Amino acid sequence: MNWTVMLPLIIFLILIFITGYWASKSMRASEESFLSEYFLGGRQLGGLILAMTMIATYGSASSFIGGPGVAYTEGLGWVLLAMSQVVTGYFVLMVLGKKFSIVARRYNAVTLIDFLKERYQSKWVVLIAAFSIIIFLFSAMAAQWVGGARMIQSLTGLSYTSALFIFAISVLIYVIIGGFRAVALTDTVQGIVMLFGTLILLIGTIIAGGGIGNIIADLQAENPNLITPYGADGDLTATYVSSFWILVGVGVVGLPHITVRAMSYKNSRAMHRALLIGTVVVGFIMLNMHLIGVFARPILPGIDVGDKVMPLIALEVLPAWLAGVVLAAPMAAIMSTVDSLLLIVSSAVVKDIYLNYIDPEATISKVRILSFTTTAVLGIFVFLSALNPPDLLIWLNLFAFGGLEAAFIWPVVMGLYWTKGNKYGAFSSMLVGILSYIIFHNYYPNAFGMHTVVLPIVLSLAAFVAGSLSANDKKAA
Amino acid sequence: MLPDNKDYRFRIANREALIGVGLAIFNFLWWFGFAYGMGSESPQEYEYVFGLPAWFFYSCVLGFVVMVVLVWIVVKLWFVEVPFDEEGGNDE
Repeated sequence: MNWTVMLPLIIFLILIFITGYWASKSMRASEESFLSEYFLGGRQLGGLILAMTMIATYGSASSFIGGPGVAYTEGLGWVLLAMSQVVTGYFVLMVLGKKFSIVARRYNAVTLIDFLKERYQSKWVVLIAAFSIIIFLFSAMAAQWVGGARMIQSLTGLSYTSALFIFAISVLIYVIIGGFRAVALTDTVQGIVMLFGTLILLIGTIIAGGGIGNIIADLQAENPNLITPYGADGDLTATYVSSFWILVGVGVVGLPHITVRAMSYKNSRAMHRALLIGTVVVGFIMLNMHLIGVFARPILPGIDVGDKVMPLIALEVLPAWLAGVVLAAPMAAIMSTVDSLLLIVSSAVVKDIYLNYIDPEATISKVRILSFTTTAVLGIFVFLSALNPPDLLIWLNLFAFGGLEAAFIWPVVMGLYWTKGNKYGAFSSMLVGILSYIIFHNYYPNAFGMHTVVLPIVLSLAAFVAGSLSANDKKAA
Repeated sequence: MLPDNKDYRFRIANREALIGVGLAIFNFLWWFGFAYGMGSESPQEYEYVFGLPAWFFYSCVLGFVVMVVLVWIVVKLWFVEVPFDEEGGNDE
């Protein structure tokens, strides 16, 4: 075990624990609204924390470890694709914006599903929403745990099972004790680690490669396609890359763990600050870490497993202790995504299903115990499925985010801005979104040269409009 | 059901949402225009800015800076602070 690398990582984990513990103390103070506090931080987030928690939640293992790996293979074209994510920094908050906050407060909504329930007044909308959150996010989460455990495994040399165990314990402890506020605060610490970690690593990589001009010349000498927008084999078409604006850009409005953050902030000023901070930080992190992947290529040629690019380049170009600090960044990304997902899934179970349909009269202390136990039990389930991941899980995770976007984007956006939208529209939109996404994914992926998510989003919009209008007609007739 | 449209805060919210859509469209055009406008020629013809191919510099690096500045201007000039709670109640 390499202690010079491990020590900064351990210090980082301890720092995260302290943050979680501190946040849990503030939770005890507010006995009244346990649900709003545990699942939403009491709607008190300020600008910095709001921006950081959105970015950290969003910048998951796939983009943090996988992204630089693909950039290593594809070259600058993949950095171009990744930069479509700058839009998430301002778009989600501007579009859901103040209306979502005001309406969510009026409805007293704590989760995305609360909002849908009050807006559409339909049991079926709530059930399909809760069901898709539990299924899709559970699998997304399990896959992230696998990533986190592999990361610890490659750094420590421990067995996969022990690595997974360490990872699970650290995530569970602070999610369970601290709730949303702990998650948001640790997200902030993790976001800052990501920000500086990628910057240090990028500078180290540029120095090791003999300057940007030198690196680009090496890349061009190896394969001129690496410095074009079209990818190493020239197969990244403009249409395909542009369609990622839907999947990882504007479509993010439909992801439940992102939207819940858009109702958690304190006031307009916090939102305005978060818009700016969010845009700066998300663009900076995305640009840095994908450039690291590209620039690593001439320095360390021939890495065949993409996920190893980040750890290997860090160990290559930085002193060992600094590599440890920087590698805390992907660790941070995984943990912060996982803890948010865990909280969302347990809120879907406790708040949206149990309190709505099983026992609406439950006492505060009962809800409290139930929330803790649900989160813990879910964590154990995820642990077990990550121990020996079934193929179905990997398959589900592959399209979890696209599926959720297709399901939720229109019921949320149209629910806010189109008064004629109703439960028939919302239900058909979710059903069409999920089903068409599954069908396209399996039988006609990347239709018309675009990412699979594009057509289901168009179809679910059509279903929303058609469903809402036809039901209105019936009433009028 | 949906609250009434007369609430002045919703007019502000609607306008800000449209601004968000406008920014995203501008962002996309800038990103797309420089990337595929300048990047589609042969790599031998590329010009370089700070060591990076010009298409990449303008599309991804400068484009990012431009968006940050635009977001800052838009928020400063047109975004209005409104209370989130119902009229009369405020917890700030």
